[in-house]
Amino acid sequence: MSERTNNSAELIKKTAAELADALAAGETTSVEVTQAHLDRITAVDGGPESGVHAFLHVDAEGALAQAAESDARRAAGQARHLLDGVPIAVKDVLATQGLPTTCGSKILEGWIPPYDATVVRKIKDAGLPILGKTNMDEFAMGSSTEHSAYGPTRNPWDQTRIPGGSGGGSAAAVAAFEAPLALGTDTGGSIRQPGAVTGTVGVKPTYGGVSRYGLVALANSLDQVGPVTRTVLDSALLHELIGGHDPLDSTSVDEPVGGYVAAARAGAQGDLTGLRVGVIQELAGDGWQQGVMDRFAESVGLLKEMGAEIVEISCPTFVHAMAAYYLILPAECSSNLAKFDAMRYGLRVVPEGDPSAEAVMKASRDAGFGDEVKRRIMIGTYALSSGYYDAYYGQAQKVRTLISRDFAAAFAEVDVLVSPTAPTTAFPLGDKLDDPLAMYLQDLATIPANLAGVPGISVPAGLAAEDGLPVGLQVLAPALGDERLYRVGAAVEAALTSRWGGPILAQAPTLEGPR
Amino acid sequence: MSQLTRDEVAHLADLARIDLDDAELDHLAPQLNVILEAVASISGVAGDDVPPTSHPIPLTNVFREDVVRPCLTAEQALSGAPEAEDQRFRVPRILGDEQ
Amino acid sequence: MTETLVPFDEVIAKYDPALGLEVHVELNTNTKMFCGCPTVFGGEPNTQVCPTCLGLPGAMPVVNAKAVESAIRIGLALNCSIAEWCRFARKNYFYPDMPKNFQTSQYDEPIAFDGWLDVEVEGETFRVEIERAHMEEDTGKSTHVGGATGRIHGADYSLVDYNRAGIPLIEIVTRPILVPAEKAPAVARAYVGQLRDLILALGVSDARMDQGSIRADVNLSLAPKGADKLGTRSETKNVNSLRSVERAVRFEMSRHAGILDAGGAVLQETRHFHEDTGTTSSGREKSDAEDYRYFPEPDLVPVAPSREWVEELRGTLPENPTQKRARLQEEWGFSDLEMRDTVGAGALDLVEQTVAAGAAPQAARKWWLTELARRANDAGVELGDLAVTPAQVAEVQSLVDAKTINDKLARQVFDGLLAGEGTPAEIIAARGLAVVSDEGALSAAVDKAIAENPDIADKIRDGKVAAAGALIGAIMKEMRGQADAGRVRELILEKLS
Repeated sequence: MSERTNNSAELIKKTAAELADALAAGETTSVEVTQAHLDRITAVDGGPESGVHAFLHVDAEGALAQAAESDARRAAGQARHLLDGVPIAVKDVLATQGLPTTCGSKILEGWIPPYDATVVRKIKDAGLPILGKTNMDEFAMGSSTEHSAYGPTRNPWDQTRIPGGSGGGSAAAVAAFEAPLALGTDTGGSIRQPGAVTGTVGVKPTYGGVSRYGLVALANSLDQVGPVTRTVLDSALLHELIGGHDPLDSTSVDEPVGGYVAAARAGAQGDLTGLRVGVIQELAGDGWQQGVMDRFAESVGLLKEMGAEIVEISCPTFVHAMAAYYLILPAECSSNLAKFDAMRYGLRVVPEGDPSAEAVMKASRDAGFGDEVKRRIMIGTYALSSGYYDAYYGQAQKVRTLISRDFAAAFAEVDVLVSPTAPTTAFPLGDKLDDPLAMYLQDLATIPANLAGVPGISVPAGLAAEDGLPVGLQVLAPALGDERLYRVGAAVEAALTSRWGGPILAQAPTLEGPR
Repeated sequence: MSQLTRDEVAHLADLARIDLDDAELDHLAPQLNVILEAVASISGVAGDDVPPTSHPIPLTNVFREDVVRPCLTAEQALSGAPEAEDQRFRVPRILGDEQ
Repeated sequence: MTETLVPFDEVIAKYDPALGLEVHVELNTNTKMFCGCPTVFGGEPNTQVCPTCLGLPGAMPVVNAKAVESAIRIGLALNCSIAEWCRFARKNYFYPDMPKNFQTSQYDEPIAFDGWLDVEVEGETFRVEIERAHMEEDTGKSTHVGGATGRIHGADYSLVDYNRAGIPLIEIVTRPILVPAEKAPAVARAYVGQLRDLILALGVSDARMDQGSIRADVNLSLAPKGADKLGTRSETKNVNSLRSVERAVRFEMSRHAGILDAGGAVLQETRHFHEDTGTTSSGREKSDAEDYRYFPEPDLVPVAPSREWVEELRGTLPENPTQKRARLQEEWGFSDLEMRDTVGAGALDLVEQTVAAGAAPQAARKWWLTELARRANDAGVELGDLAVTPAQVAEVQSLVDAKTINDKLARQVFDGLLAGEGTPAEIIAARGLAVVSDEGALSAAVDKAIAENPDIADKIRDGKVAAAGALIGAIMKEMRGQADAGRVRELILEKLS
């Protein structure tokens, strides 16, 4: 029994790449690996009241069945992919046929999609068992996962603190060793900021680089699906699997994907000679935690040590990114969320008497949506109203052009841009719940990339001195230059891991399970 | 930019089909104004000569051939329906009392 | 509220109308506008749906190339400019038959704009200016249950089938049409009719008003004669036949005049047309429906048809039906009346094909508009649905021309054709219908008639040629009609000269 436990404890600590190697070498089986992660979920995930609560739905039976099929394929020498048999967690905003998909909202409680998102189809086709669906802020609106209608996710580093958001569930699942891999989505930082505050890696690919088909849209022109992992190499492996053109997504870029794994392996060699790195001047100053800035400075120093040339870059219009974002996003989401009207699926609340369809719609939407969703729908409705369109939505779209121009000018000077991923480390649960603006500031550094469609990664940069919590380094590259993220990210990761004597997550407290 | 009145917030809620009660209106209206104040800084940032960006990665002419693809079955289509009848979605009467 | 209706004659004496027509054309593509679901009419409910057209969370649209092509061809046929770059937009409003609660449409960037269509009414041409033609998607279909009438009013609940949701529509919008008041109803009707003919000729839609594949919304306003400002308009929705278009305009003119005469103000509103009574009633739409909060559809990318593509499509345009009619009339030498009758009988294409198969235009017209029209009428079918082809009509006529048969026998050949007895030649042989061309038999019959009617023969000898008719009748009777009357006459005159 103890041998099994030890084996299990070892298995969940392995990276996806290590698990893939072990599976290929016949040292373990997918069923064993999947069971180990399911056991870990049982041990630490808890529920709305306590525990990490990374998962909204765990599909033990389905995952083990997929794992058994994977093992049979491997035994027959017919593995479909390097990651065949490596389990994965999926953010609850991605449609999964036969598995509940709630987007963290009461309005979709119990909805089971009759179809798969393209990325879900790809991971299923490659043979990755799906452990379950991860918690998130309702419809991905938030930076703390506290806006989930099903209770917050807790940060494995300190369960009184937020795991970031909106994809706090995916990041926490990976940080708590409940899954080696997870899928996230990033509209303004929802992959990167949770990555930063949980000490994990998260990538927002170039807009159009990964299919959005089956991603329940928050803001269609900003959303991207991306990998959530513990290492840069694992992100590269997952990104290569989910990326590529999809004829079902009209905004999908028809360019070959790849080279990410190679770039990650090359970057890990630690030689960045000739690389020009721009430090964004606007993403610093008041409101930026000292410990965050210290770790960031340390990472920049490491880049320089590895041969990169460091350049200060000014992106003056980034100060308007927040305002543009909080007009574009509500506008698009107010329209996207109109479909949740209690007519075809989801929650239906029938007021007393003999209510009309309209009365049922209104009552259902009032009961089914949380405050943050209502706030954004109302702001978006206002921003699109006749008479305000030009002043709000139209102006925001123009600012978007200016931000893209800032990026273009910057990338004419440098190969990548860097900043801290988030201005602070994980804050205590409840701290900003009734102060929407304070919450919005969490995404200050991550939003510009979404507005311009450029790719970004967050990699662990160490722990802030004042609170001992993880800090993230954000690296941004030009559109379709995603491989640069992996090269630079892997280099920093390798240098810091060697400085720390192991992965940063090894310094996280041991989780004893829900108390 | 001017502040939203409580009536305007109620009108927006009506447009968005959200049945906000008085308590919610009291709670949300000031928050909306704080947010609107924060985003108001956007006015005048970009001049008339700046074109709007609706898609970050510019693509044009993404089309599909006119070829039939498999549909959902009616059972799948109706699987999430709060109410169904005769293989159709059953919805409350469409016109309201005020009609 | 009962309306005061002003007699039409009085309306036109006092007011000038401004007409506007919005016509929705349902395209006959294989698949929907934004997904691969089939568009065939009459499927079992909710069997032609997918995540996209059902508006399921996460699903995305992809534009049907064929629908864009049809939109461009319609635009070109209406003499429009084709946008070099245009986008889809979301028109946001809540309605249970709309799966996403927004309609993916086009707003300020239509694919086609600034065109015109010349419309003929009683020989007079009116140019209708086209403001725009844009692409959009249809909604689902609601069935209203309970209540007295099965209508939306008073229903207990509704049942929605989304098979129709997402079918491609082209909406064609005119600029205000300013025509003499007395012509307004006829111009409206003629515009929709000629637009339908054009759509049919393009082959982009079934163009069946009765099945809703062409639906017209009629906008109308009145202003006192000589006023320099248009009046307030009403919008009458879903008028589903040409006759109804004319009646709706007429009714709305009378209704508006009643309000204006009484010093009232016309309400800008949506109206519904009632086929049974020829009247309209208020649609009572929600006032907030006006704020559609349009914005560019972020899930779709711009459509930028290359000029090469546009020109290639221009090359596929059929001849404009109006121009074609004028050309054929000229070629055939038909009078205006003959042409109008031909078109009115739905025989234009049949005559054209019969002429193409070798018949003289007048002969082709004669058969289709008399003999065959009567039979179609008797059988209660369309002329084109008769079991007689234009090629067969041309063949029958060529047999008449060759004097193998005469007109009277030709009618029997048509009987045979309709009864499925084979080709004209086979029918003539089987029924023994050929004109007797045996000169010996004919000569004998003439001789016999002369001998039996000496008085008449004398008259002819005396120069009263008209008397030959009586002899011809007798001979044709003798020959049981199977003789060429002209040749008989020649023989009589020869023998009695």
